[in-house]
Order: sequence, then structure tokens, then C-alpha cells
Amino acid sequence: MRLLKEAGQRWVVFAVAVLVWELLARAADDVFFPPPTTIAEAAGELWFSPLFGEHVVPGVGRMLAGFATAAVVGVALGVLLGRSATAMAYLSPAFTFIRSIPPPLLVPFFAATIGVTSMQLPTIAFGALWPVLLNTVDGARSVDATKVETARAFRLSRAQWLLGVVLPSALPKVFAGLRLSLSIALVLMVISELIGSLNGVGNQLVQAQRDYALPAMWAWIVLLGILGYLFNTLLLLAERRALAWQPGHSPEAKTLATGG
Amino acid sequence: MTDLSKAGPMLEVTDLGHTYQGKDGAHDAIDALGFSVGAGELVCVVGPSGCGKSTLLRTIAGLVRPSRGAVSLHGSPVDGVPADLAVVFQDYSRSLFPWLSVQRNVEFPLRGLARAERASRAAEALASVGLDKAGRKYPWQLSGGMQQRVAIARALAYRPALLLMDEPFASVDAQTRFELEDLLLRVRREQDTTVLLVTHDIDESVYLGDRVLVLSKSPATVVAELTVDLGAERDQITTRASEEFVELRARVAGLLQGVPQQRSVPVEH
Ligand SMILES: Nc1ncnc2c1ncn2[C@@H]1O[C@H](COP(=O)(O)OP(=O)(O)OP(=O)(O)O)[C@@H](O)[C@H]1O
Ligand SMILES: [Mg+2]
Repeated sequence: MRLLKEAGQRWVVFAVAVLVWELLARAADDVFFPPPTTIAEAAGELWFSPLFGEHVVPGVGRMLAGFATAAVVGVALGVLLGRSATAMAYLSPAFTFIRSIPPPLLVPFFAATIGVTSMQLPTIAFGALWPVLLNTVDGARSVDATKVETARAFRLSRAQWLLGVVLPSALPKVFAGLRLSLSIALVLMVISELIGSLNGVGNQLVQAQRDYALPAMWAWIVLLGILGYLFNTLLLLAERRALAWQPGHSPEAKTLATGG
Repeated sequence: MTDLSKAGPMLEVTDLGHTYQGKDGAHDAIDALGFSVGAGELVCVVGPSGCGKSTLLRTIAGLVRPSRGAVSLHGSPVDGVPADLAVVFQDYSRSLFPWLSVQRNVEFPLRGLARAERASRAAEALASVGLDKAGRKYPWQLSGGMQQRVAIARALAYRPALLLMDEPFASVDAQTRFELEDLLLRVRREQDTTVLLVTHDIDESVYLGDRVLVLSKSPATVVAELTVDLGAERDQITTRASEEFVELRARVAGLLQGVPQQRSVPVEH
């Protein structure tokens, strides 16, 4: 209940902001800043047209596929590397270097090597890999010493050790990494489509810009915001479920843990 | 019980020493330790705080490679963690896996058993430590004493040949402690488990042990090895009131107190 009320209060601020925007935009009467109602009109037309299937679906599909690839590879590799001090000693300078490159800078490189029309998915997967990989390494490294000894004393199998002890120990960090990876995946989805994709929201955004169709442009931007919000919320829900065992992780965790 | 002395030593510790290498120099935790434990025996280890008791258990468990000396189990040297061994760690709370329910924690090490067998063994072990209703809870929802009992249940469910226990009853109340002590004696008898138990509690060491090893201050060496002639059947009230018990406990206490006196040199002007 308390949470619902808090969420309601947050939406109140949002609604007031939109209202103020509407009034200001109407007062300014500037083609570059159409009022929300005009944007909503454009959105109603665009989002429910065949454009949705032609552009949004394939673009989001690539984003999700790239993110999923990054997540699977990053977690698997991270768990293994995190438990190998030697491997990390050799790899961590390279990792630090790659991590410090802003992900959007990868787009021209992938466009040149793979081709502008097919580089979207690999760009997203590669860019999103690093946060989840490095965070998983960090989490896997820091398994509590007593748990390491317990696992050894009971002669756990390698699978039990990696999946039953290292992975759950690393899980809070893994999710921190996944959240970063998701936002990078969203950014890379749009940027990689701006350059020369055959379809995608980014492609439509550029199209609208060239046509000076400002309400349409805004409609696509709003859609990106909604998509980002949606996927973040889904990831947060997944995290709550996966970390429900943590003491006081969420109210939901408590009811789950007591079986209520 | 009576023919224990005839059984060959299951565990043999010879001239064992370990030095931790730290940033602030080397630290001798244990030194020139030697003793043996027969199959089915229950040996208690007492010693001053920080003298190296946990280090001793770690080297026996094969978790730490000793700097000097050797540990042998069933006649062969310990190199890595032996099979058929379970440890109840002093840091019981951290040794439980917080992402597993209590029941799963106990089941987790039971590899190679059918699903149902694992579940029934875990349930049985939990019931024996009085936690039959806590199986679905998570460790952090339990009190310290209850967590400690989960760690004990996990070791019991494993049914090891050698059970190493590091102050296993330190956090439980007096009544539960008595019950757990008797449980340990019963399990040991029924399953023929060999037990090496570290404790701070002098009374406990005499009540539980067939023998008591008294260790010196750091680096620990064996100061004395006392045989406890209280018989196999022990009772919390009558055994503790018996003359032999009182006398043994006074001897252990004396040996423990004697340790610093032997070492310190009185300076007087
Ligand atoms: N991993 C380690 N690295 C360095 N020094 C250690 C390590 N573990 C223990 N020591 C040191 O070795 C000594 C013996 O430690 P140990 O834990 O074996 O003692 P203990 O007898 O079990 O103590 P307590 O009665 O408090 O449980 C202590 O001085 C401790 O600081
Ligand atoms: Mg200790």
C-alpha cells in the first residue's frame, strides 16, 4: 500500500511536468517544441501503424538479442575468470582499457568492419558485454572465505561450486552489471540505427528529422523512453526475484522467504 | 568403546606446525603438535583463545597445508580434503549459504544420493537438532544459536567418518547445549563417528571426551593429554556431579592456568 502511494506521488510530479510542458509549448508556439498533445497525436498514428512492426519490433529484437548474448557470455565468463587470479592478472589491463572506451565509439568501427546494415546486433552485444562481465568478475572474486572453506570441506563438485556458491555470491554484483549493460544496449540500439540501419527506431528518428516532422521525432523519442522504462522495470523485477533470499532486499522478499 | 585402545589410530598428527605469512611478518600459529585419535574416539581440544585451535582443525581437514610436520588419516598422508570428513566451522553463520533455505543448506553437500534420500536425511538431521520446523526458512531468519544448529545438522546429515567441530555449541543456551552434547554422544555411538571437538568450555571437554588435549598458548603445542574414565554412558546431572568429573575438570583448569605461568618471567625489583 505504502509503495503504491509512493509510486502515485511520483507520477503526480511527472503529470505536473507534462502539464507545464504543454502550457509552455503552447505559449511558445515553436515548431521545434510541439506540445505533448500534438506529440501524442503523432504517436497514436505512428505507434499503431505498420511502422511498429517494420521498425520497432526488429530494432527491439536486436537489442534484446544483443543484451541476452552479453548477459550469458558475461556471466559465464565472469564466473570463470573471477575465480582465476592468474587469468585476471593477465586480462585486467586489457579489460580496463576496453572499458574506458565510450561504447558509442564502437559504432563506426563495427560499421566499417561488419557493414552498416548488419552491425547493430554485434555492436550491442559487444558494448553491453563489459559492464556485466566486469561486475560478475568482481562478484565472483569476493566469495566469503568461510564459504570457500565450507565448499572445499564438503568436497562440492565443480558444478555445485560454480553454480551453487560462486554464482549466487556474485549475483548482487551481476545485477548491478546487467542494469548498466541494459542502458548501454538501449543507447547502442538507437545510435547504431542512426548510422545506416534499414529499419529500427533510430532509422525512423533520422527519417523524421530529415522531413522536419518534429511531432513524429518526438513521438519516437517518447517511445524510446517508454521502452527504456519498461525494460528497466522488467530487469528490476527479475532482480527482486533472484535476490529474494537477501535479508530485507524487498518487501516481496520477506513474504517469499517465509513462504507467505 | 572398551576396545578403542586396540583400534589403530585413525588420525595421526606428527610434529605439526604452521606459520601464517602476513604483511606484518610471520606468525607461528601452532608448533610441534603431536597426538593421535583412534577410530570411534571422541577427543576434545581445549586451549587459550587464539592459540591455534582452528588452525589445527584446518590443517587436519586438508584446508591448509601445514608448514611443518604431517597429518595422516587411515595411515595415508592428508593432501587435500579427505573424503568422509565434515567440519562444523567456528564461523557457523558465514559457513551457511544465505541463498538456500535451511533444508537446502543441509541437503546441499549430500551428493550422489537420490533426491528423496537427501531430503529425508536432511529432515532427520534437522529434527535431531530440534529444528524440524525451520526447514523452509532462510538462515538469516534464525537466531545465532539456531544457525549453529543448522551447521551441526549439515555435518551430521553428511554422516562423516571423521567429524571436526570448532566450538560447535558456543552460541546456544545452556539447556540446548546439554541436549546437543547428548545428541553428539548418541550419534557418535550409533554411527561410530570419530570426533575431534574444539571447545572453550572445560566442563564440556570432560563431559564429552574420551580424552582431552590441553594446548598451550600460541604457538600451540600439546601440554597434556588426559584420559577421561567416565565410561560410555554419561548423564548431564550425575556425571557432572561425580567425583571423577570434578577432579578431571580441576586438572584441565589447572593445566590451562598453568600455561601462562610457565611462560611468563616475573619481573620484580
Ligand atoms: N588466515 C590467517 N592469516 C594470518 N594469521 C592467521 C590466520 N588465521 C589465523 N591466524 C592467526 O593465527 C593465530 C591462531 O588462530 P586460530 O584461529 O587458529 O586460533 P584459535 O585458537 O582458533 O582462536 P579462538 O579461540 O579465538 O577461536 C591467531 O593469532 C590468528 O590471528
Ligand atoms: Mg578458533
